[in-house]
Amino acid sequence: MALIKLNNKAVSNATAFGSITALGSMTFIKKLTASSSATLSFVDGTDGVVLDSTYKEYMFTFNNINPATDNVKFQFNMSVDGGSNYNVIKTTTVFQAYHQESGANSPVEYRDEKDLAQSTAFQILGSGIGNGADECLCGNLQLFNPSSTTFVKHFMNVSQLYDGNNTMSLNSFTAGYGNTTSEVDAIRFQMDSGNFDGDICLYGIA
Amino acid sequence: MALVKYNNNSISAVTATGLANGAMTHIKTLTASSSATLSFVDGADSVVLDSTYPIYVFKFINIHPQNNDADFQFNMSIDSGSNYNVTKTTTIFNAYHYEADSGANVVYDTDSDLAQSTADQIIAGNQGIGNDNDQSISGQLFLYSPSSTTYVKHFITNTNASHHADITVNGFVSGYGNTTSAINGIRFLFGSGNIDAGQIKLYGIKDS
Repeated sequence: MALIKLNNKAVSNATAFGSITALGSMTFIKKLTASSSATLSFVDGTDGVVLDSTYKEYMFTFNNINPATDNVKFQFNMSVDGGSNYNVIKTTTVFQAYHQESGANSPVEYRDEKDLAQSTAFQILGSGIGNGADECLCGNLQLFNPSSTTFVKHFMNVSQLYDGNNTMSLNSFTAGYGNTTSEVDAIRFQMDSGNFDGDICLYGIA
Repeated sequence: MALVKYNNNSISAVTATGLANGAMTHIKTLTASSSATLSFVDGADSVVLDSTYPIYVFKFINIHPQNNDADFQFNMSIDSGSNYNVTKTTTIFNAYHYEADSGANVVYDTDSDLAQSTADQIIAGNQGIGNDNDQSISGQLFLYSPSSTTYVKHFITNTNASHHADITVNGFVSGYGNTTSAINGIRFLFGSGNIDAGQIKLYGIKDS
């Protein structure tokens, strides 16, 4: 009888153990770090990015997004041509609440100057971000079934930021759909003016 | 044909597989049992709350108060739990709906937000959670880069609670700990009375 010795290399090369094919339903795909960057783009098939039918839901996380310019808007757009153009038509909603460090606050309010109605413009995910040393935006964006050729492309975002006047916490909620039945295969993030620092991670949700 | 026989010793020595690892890692579950507080302190009792992960998520599972009309709260620590008193500026709003269909709305809660205060932050404003056997609060809290020594510490919560007056309350509380010191402890409690039952689970989200 042949003697088979199981070693770590043998097991680490395995791709399945019985019915187990993965450890957890949230899979890290890609981290992009902005360092005085004008844009960060996730393009399916490029540099290890997966943004196709592999997952029905994708999530982007924003960590310590710090702009070079004070009081600017963090925004995103989608592409259906592998990142050649970021101009998907969108209809969206935006509402927010804020509270100043002095105590003044707002009601929950709809912000019609930030929403889009069948527009190809970039969608704001947070506005008035400060560029102070300790100021930034954090949050996430969920994108559902981007590779569908049947449905529009729904997305939902929540962002939390420290504003450029060094005085306010602002919590915003943005959602909508890319009004296209073409596959969305790329996403771009940027400020409306100037560069930015920070991390954006992409995850697939099985 | 060779006969291959694996046993438990060979498998238990394995340190890696070729499988895709999950990006969300369970770190710690604390279960309340008439507990005054539940605290997660980095380095204590297997808790990790440092630079290992860029984002942490706390999940609240059926947090049930001892007292009726109780507010679920939290605070942060920069001295490993000796003090929970980080200065915070926050926002709170809720959507609510009476079981009797007698009212529903979305409202900002000016009583429960904080402006540069070290007080405990109510997680979902003015929720007044009921202590009936079937009443509780569930939800989550995202904490971003707690170990940063550069940025303020942003957090985002979303919860749903059973109000003592038989109302469902969907709460949204967010803000920042206005400190550039590393956060290394988080404590949860009710405004009055114990946490009768429930679980709080801490997860780390990987970025590699």
